[in-house]
Amino acid sequence: MNAHDTLLYLDGVSVSFDGFRAINNLSLVLQAGEMRAIIGPNGAGKTTMMDIITGKTRPDAGDVYFNGEVDLTKHDEAEIALLGIGRKFQKPTVFESHTVEDNLVLALSGPRSAFSTLFHRQSRDEIDRIHEILYTIRLYDKRVWLAANLSHGQKQWLEIGMLLAQDPKLLLVDEPVAGMTDAETAETAKLLRDIAKTRSVLVVEHDMHFVRELGVKVTCLHEGSVLAEGSLDFVSNDQRVIEVYLGR
Amino acid sequence: MQFIRLLSALVLMLGIFHHTVEAHAQTVDEATLRPLVQALAGDNFDDTTKAISDLVRTGDTRVSALLNALGAGDLYVSKADKSVFLGKREGTDYVATDPVTGAKLAPVPRSAAEKIKVNNRLRREIAAAIGGLTLMSENAGERRSAAEAILKTRDPESIPLLDQAIAAEKDPGIKALMSQAKAAAILNSDVPDAEKIAAITEVSAGNGRDALGLLTPLEGAEGPVGEAARSAISSINSELAVWNAVQNIVYGLSLGSVLLLAAIGLAITFGVMGVINMAHGEMVMIGAYTTFVVQQVIRATAPGIFDYSLLIALPAAFLVSGGVGVLIERSVIRFLYGRPLETLLATWGISLVLQQAIRSWFGASNVQVGNPSWMAGSFELGLLTLTWSRLWIIVFALSVFAILQLVLKKTMLGLRMRAVTQNRRMASSMGIRTPWVDALTFGLGSGIAGIAGVALSQIDNVSPNLGQGYIIDSFMVVVFGGVGNLWGTLVGAMSLGIANKFLEPFAGAVLGKILVLVLIILFIQKRPRGLFALKGRAIEA
Amino acid sequence: MTQWFFLHVDRRGSIVIALLVAIAVLVPLSNLLLPVTSPLHVPTYLVSLIGKYLTYAMLAVALDLVWGFCGILSLGHGAFFALGGYAMGMYLMRQIGPRGVYADPVLPDFMVFLNWKELPWFWYGFDSFWFAALMVVLVPGVLAFGFGWLAFRSRVTGVYLSIITQALTYALLLAFFRNDMGFGGNNGLTDFKDILGFNIQAGSTRSVLFAATALFLALAVFVTSFIVRSKLGKVLVGVRDAESRMRFLGYRVDRYKLLVWTISAMMAGIAGALYVPQVGIINPSEFEPANSIEAVIWVAVGGRGTIIGPIIGAVLVNFGKTYFTAAFPEIWLFALGALFIVVTLFLPKGILGLYGMWKGKRADRAARKKDVAPPPVAAVSGRSPIPEPQAAE
Repeated sequence: MNAHDTLLYLDGVSVSFDGFRAINNLSLVLQAGEMRAIIGPNGAGKTTMMDIITGKTRPDAGDVYFNGEVDLTKHDEAEIALLGIGRKFQKPTVFESHTVEDNLVLALSGPRSAFSTLFHRQSRDEIDRIHEILYTIRLYDKRVWLAANLSHGQKQWLEIGMLLAQDPKLLLVDEPVAGMTDAETAETAKLLRDIAKTRSVLVVEHDMHFVRELGVKVTCLHEGSVLAEGSLDFVSNDQRVIEVYLGR
Repeated sequence: MQFIRLLSALVLMLGIFHHTVEAHAQTVDEATLRPLVQALAGDNFDDTTKAISDLVRTGDTRVSALLNALGAGDLYVSKADKSVFLGKREGTDYVATDPVTGAKLAPVPRSAAEKIKVNNRLRREIAAAIGGLTLMSENAGERRSAAEAILKTRDPESIPLLDQAIAAEKDPGIKALMSQAKAAAILNSDVPDAEKIAAITEVSAGNGRDALGLLTPLEGAEGPVGEAARSAISSINSELAVWNAVQNIVYGLSLGSVLLLAAIGLAITFGVMGVINMAHGEMVMIGAYTTFVVQQVIRATAPGIFDYSLLIALPAAFLVSGGVGVLIERSVIRFLYGRPLETLLATWGISLVLQQAIRSWFGASNVQVGNPSWMAGSFELGLLTLTWSRLWIIVFALSVFAILQLVLKKTMLGLRMRAVTQNRRMASSMGIRTPWVDALTFGLGSGIAGIAGVALSQIDNVSPNLGQGYIIDSFMVVVFGGVGNLWGTLVGAMSLGIANKFLEPFAGAVLGKILVLVLIILFIQKRPRGLFALKGRAIEA
Repeated sequence: MTQWFFLHVDRRGSIVIALLVAIAVLVPLSNLLLPVTSPLHVPTYLVSLIGKYLTYAMLAVALDLVWGFCGILSLGHGAFFALGGYAMGMYLMRQIGPRGVYADPVLPDFMVFLNWKELPWFWYGFDSFWFAALMVVLVPGVLAFGFGWLAFRSRVTGVYLSIITQALTYALLLAFFRNDMGFGGNNGLTDFKDILGFNIQAGSTRSVLFAATALFLALAVFVTSFIVRSKLGKVLVGVRDAESRMRFLGYRVDRYKLLVWTISAMMAGIAGALYVPQVGIINPSEFEPANSIEAVIWVAVGGRGTIIGPIIGAVLVNFGKTYFTAAFPEIWLFALGALFIVVTLFLPKGILGLYGMWKGKRADRAARKKDVAPPPVAAVSGRSPIPEPQAAE
């Protein structure tokens, strides 16, 4: 397989912490415009995989390419974010002492140098864009609230809103529906499907209903490598996957 | 010079002693001895010199007393009959004694006698001669000091005597010393080069620093002798360099042990619990003051057991500092878990309060903590002189480290401690009373600081500021070694101690310390989590 | 102009700036013009004392910029303060000229005493006020830049950073104690005669120094407001609350930190330079780690993450220190220690936080009376509240 013409390309990636192999010879390919769901039991290496893609963790071995040409192992988090990879964390991480609106202002794509932010004046376009996102994530009414005062689900949505503001080519979304009601979960699935029309998305999720609602190709990770890949029905009928989930 | 005078006095005393017991050295008859004694009063110093060597050659036991008297200016020559006598001033007369028989003579008026003059060269001759004489003595100490005296004077005249003495000598230590002395004398003489080169080999086998003193004058010499001397000097220098390195390592280990003692409690509170305890130094200080109080009580009640005062102070300091630690944890720190920066500030406040409390109680100046007798004194190791306190502190620090490892690895408390630090919620749901474990862990760290205080009271001034001097160094050790790893603390403390001692000779003590601080600052940039860092996701905050 | 000003400074900041400008004018006037008998006369010693407090306040503002707004707890800001002070002290030493005890036209007394024959190279240029003034910002700035470049790039954060900043000032303390360094060793620099040709002891000079201090503090407040209210300020607070999140948004966190860290160090340097002529001495004890930690408590007492909190804290704590060390010297350390503990345990947001809570409660009561839902605490006031403590992961 060749990295060319892919959006995200992982080949033979391994990383270990103090002898523990968190990722073991993992290979994964994502085409441009594709949405993929990643499932797997605890400790399967899902979050570590995201750490590697976003530059937080350096792999011990293997290739990680973005857009078929950029070697992600040579860049740090900020550079990778500017290349167009956005990430939502498992635990919602918003800036609690900023207002909802300021959270989006910070995420909004634009110049990131220290001096340009010192003298930055908000343009009309930027304000419009932020209001648009506020409507999308249904937090327009709460735009002057401190993010700390939002509910868990609202924080999740705010974080997705921040991803949108970043305008990335690839979104890495870690457990977006944890702690959401069924209705919220359905809304989120719809939102992600909308997003996936224009961008590539990698979703990590435990909630099988949600994964089913996304209706996309599924990759099951176990002990740091790919166990099975295919439609959700195919994967969930795989004998090894069942063993891993039910224990042996 | 003073040394020689002292030596003469010593040898004089021994010589008199010798005379009375008639040691079995050869004795010549009076007729042989008398003219030689008379010759001491020769017309010039050369005559006297010759007379001295003649006297020495007799090997008579009375000679050393005579020569001593000559050196001390107690030999006189009568103006009338030119006879030599031992005189002692009394009023206007000299109380006279026969130098050969020791018989009492009639007092001689001071105006009728003249002192036999000696100059510095003669004094040296005399000292060397006496040295040569006592080489044959029965007393081992006397023989040793005689050989040492020759080693100092390097008189070529004594070579034949040394040969005799070496042949007769049984004690290998003294024999070696004599050979050294002979070699030194040879180097100072006009013997052929081959013998000198052999002597150089002989000299360089002995004490490095002395040999260096003997060989340095030959460094500039031409021919094979100079060459041999230069190569011997360079090999001695490299040997000395090795010993210097050994000394640096030993001193470094002892400094490292001090750092280890100060830091190891911190390694628990900071490394294991994640609590920045700026009052840690004050726990050490409290331990030192506990030692002081224990000693005061012992002095007042049972002065006989003073040598055991430190053994009593150890558990006392552990309990006092540990108790204060538990109190601090329960009253302040437990409200600040997970807020390291706030903990840092609050414990700094506690440290101020503790310092001032001790200052109000015991006064601001140093208190005197005594050293038990087994801490005093020193011993030799090769070319090094080490104090016992230096050795004890290394032994003590390592024992504390070992015991702490045991406590953490093998006891129930240690198991619970590790459980709580790894997963607080899980530990709590398994029925471990986490608040209780927190308090005990903190108490353990503080108690060990108290024990460190007992040790530090032996080598440092005990004042309310004692702890302040150690807190930054201790943090450096823990951060350098890697947080959460006691082995890291051990390696960190020892390497910082040794680095300090190796930098000191080049940079001076203060600059060396600054350099070490700067190096650590640079090191932390490279490895932000220390030498022995834990890796992995769980560590990322 | 006014519009531009109010765009960058909130109401509270404007009040503080106005107040500072007012006392910069009024205090010297009262000291110089009013008769000694007048109840409104400010005696010269008091002018210098308040002037000293204001330099501390400036140090506190500088510290708050990095700690309160960016989460970098520096335990070594006293070092930048002292370096600025030494730069000014070197200028004042050179001004003494032949009036020293040894009457050497060039060498300061301590160098003559050490038997030095010529001026060390790093003392060149300090006979010029403007060169010295440049060094006041440049030396702390360059040190902070170098240190910060190394530390932030390799992501030394939290207590690790605090500890190495403490080691930094400790190393400088040891270094400046050495006579060989050429900064007067133990005794430091003192016995100053005049500044820019004016007698440093004269009441008028002291009044001018006071006015300069108040104006520079006003400037510091303005600069801090400007930074904090810009988008840069929002980034800084973001870094404080969730540093790695900022990185995943594409911000080069290290560069932001480096920028404010360096600005803050320069501010501290200016504060130190204003401090030295007013107290008349600078010595290595200014590098004591304890001093830097004390500055942290000023900020904490006033309220970190606010602009005027540090000023209130610095003035209050130092007023207390002056009073206690004179009246009950035994108690001062107890009081200071207790202050550290009480503030961290009970007043994490400082005095301003207390005021905010009181106002919040009143608003709450008023709202309940009117039976409307309380508005969520918004950042209307421009302040950035401290986030609730979170358990470390």
